[in-house]
Amino acid sequence: MRQDKIISAILMAIAFTAILGLAVITIFIFKEGVPIILRLGGREFFFSSDWDPKAGHFGIRSMIIGSMMVTCGAMVIGISFSLGLAIVLTQFSPPGLTRVLKPVIELLAGIPSVVYGFVGVVTLVPLIQNHLGGPGLSVLAASIVLGIMVLPTVTSISVDALNAVPRPFWEGSIALGATRWQTVHMVMFKAARSGIVSAIILGMGRAVGETMAVIMVGGNTLAVPKSLLDPVRTLTANIALEMGYASGDHRQALFATGVTLFAFIMILNMIALTVSRRQARGTGAR
Amino acid sequence: MLKKTSCFLVLAGAVALAPFSVRCGRDSRRTVNVVGSTSIQPFAELLAQEYEKKNPGQKVDVQGGGSTAGLQAVHNGLAQIGMCSRALSPEEAKEFTPVTIARDGLAVVVNPANPVGGLTVEQIRGLFSGQTKNWTDVGGKDEPVRVITREEGSGTRDCFVHLAMGKEKISQEALVQESSGAVKELVKGNPGAIGYISLGLVSKELKALVVDGAVPTAENVLAGKYKLARPLLFVTRGSPNPKAQKFIDFVSLPESQKTLEAEGLIRAQ
Repeated sequence: MRQDKIISAILMAIAFTAILGLAVITIFIFKEGVPIILRLGGREFFFSSDWDPKAGHFGIRSMIIGSMMVTCGAMVIGISFSLGLAIVLTQFSPPGLTRVLKPVIELLAGIPSVVYGFVGVVTLVPLIQNHLGGPGLSVLAASIVLGIMVLPTVTSISVDALNAVPRPFWEGSIALGATRWQTVHMVMFKAARSGIVSAIILGMGRAVGETMAVIMVGGNTLAVPKSLLDPVRTLTANIALEMGYASGDHRQALFATGVTLFAFIMILNMIALTVSRRQARGTGAR
Repeated sequence: MLKKTSCFLVLAGAVALAPFSVRCGRDSRRTVNVVGSTSIQPFAELLAQEYEKKNPGQKVDVQGGGSTAGLQAVHNGLAQIGMCSRALSPEEAKEFTPVTIARDGLAVVVNPANPVGGLTVEQIRGLFSGQTKNWTDVGGKDEPVRVITREEGSGTRDCFVHLAMGKEKISQEALVQESSGAVKELVKGNPGAIGYISLGLVSKELKALVVDGAVPTAENVLAGKYKLARPLLFVTRGSPNPKAQKFIDFVSLPESQKTLEAEGLIRAQ
């Protein structure tokens, strides 16, 4: 009994340390970043594209747009491939193939992002430069690299969601004479919808937060990208590029970039949470 | 999320420890503190290692922060030696005593396929500020100019802006790369590219431009003919303490100068 209590106290302490860590980080980022946003005014900081730390101009509009473009691009690529894979893995592939495919896809998650970036620079960037034009380092290159990087997350959560759909749904649909494909997109997808949505949002969180690979293939210009072939600087890239030397206002502005990113990801996580809660309630009702 | 978090954790740690390490250094009397330019920092660290090896018991603590921060630290007595990678302003020259430990040249590099072999500083300024958009304007082929620069805060960038840009700013359209290696890689792969790197890093895959008629070589830098060069200074205030003086003397020795040359710098004299 006593031993139980001690162990539970220790575990409790450890658990709270983790939360404390999060709290400290949050407080630190906000403490460092918020004052400069207030001082410059939200309009100046969020809606101006003039980033010139030496001259005291801190406008992150181009980076916000850049982050959004890259994330959207990555999701278009990531979602189409991930959902395709999830469907194949749960519905169409023979068990032998599934046993090979699934670990291989999960292995993708273990590759360091520098490696993705490097492969992107060496293979993808010249390809885009030679065949589509532009400098090669572009929104498109970043989107493709990130699309591949979010693949394992989105695929494995979608697979779990599809597998969680009760077997009778599938059997019923087939029994009614629906083809396999009809069953998949009319029954299985509808039933697993909320799980798939949260998979997508988690993938988005990963895409927004990725830094190294984006720095390597994005080009990091300060101009707002006008097309998919233009280079881009994301919020994360901005922080990582300049943090090494920054001091004073510049450093604070980078923390403020972090605050923006924090808000971005919080919103995404909140949506994911709401959706998955709704899913829990939804399946309960059925 | 994880990336960002860990990034900030590291930063938080670094920020929390930075003042602490300065304080530690100052308290112990055996240590020479060298603070300043991030472009000199790696070379100073290298020399500090050799110095400590040859003089057991001596400690040299090298920290970055930038040229101006280095001068500040010397002014406040936090450091005995400041590292400064630009010439001192007349006012600064009154307070501080500079010793040139080496020189550094900047090469403006283009793709070897680019027929342009030389430019004036004004033309370089036009290209980097985005006013010149096509190579035909400076006598090259019909090819859009692709400007490649370093990230804000980089010593190489500061130096380039200081020496070549005058009052102009580097174009917002410029591609930003975070290392000289990445700049080289891009210039190599893009026929319209122009970038700048330290003179010591120029290799055969790139073409270093003749600037204002002077070929970028160590000799021309030493003779003062090649304009895109800067002195790398150790700066002290008043009469330096013996420990600091000993390290400065060590850096000026022929063998230390040879080490610096091997690292791509140009010797002081």
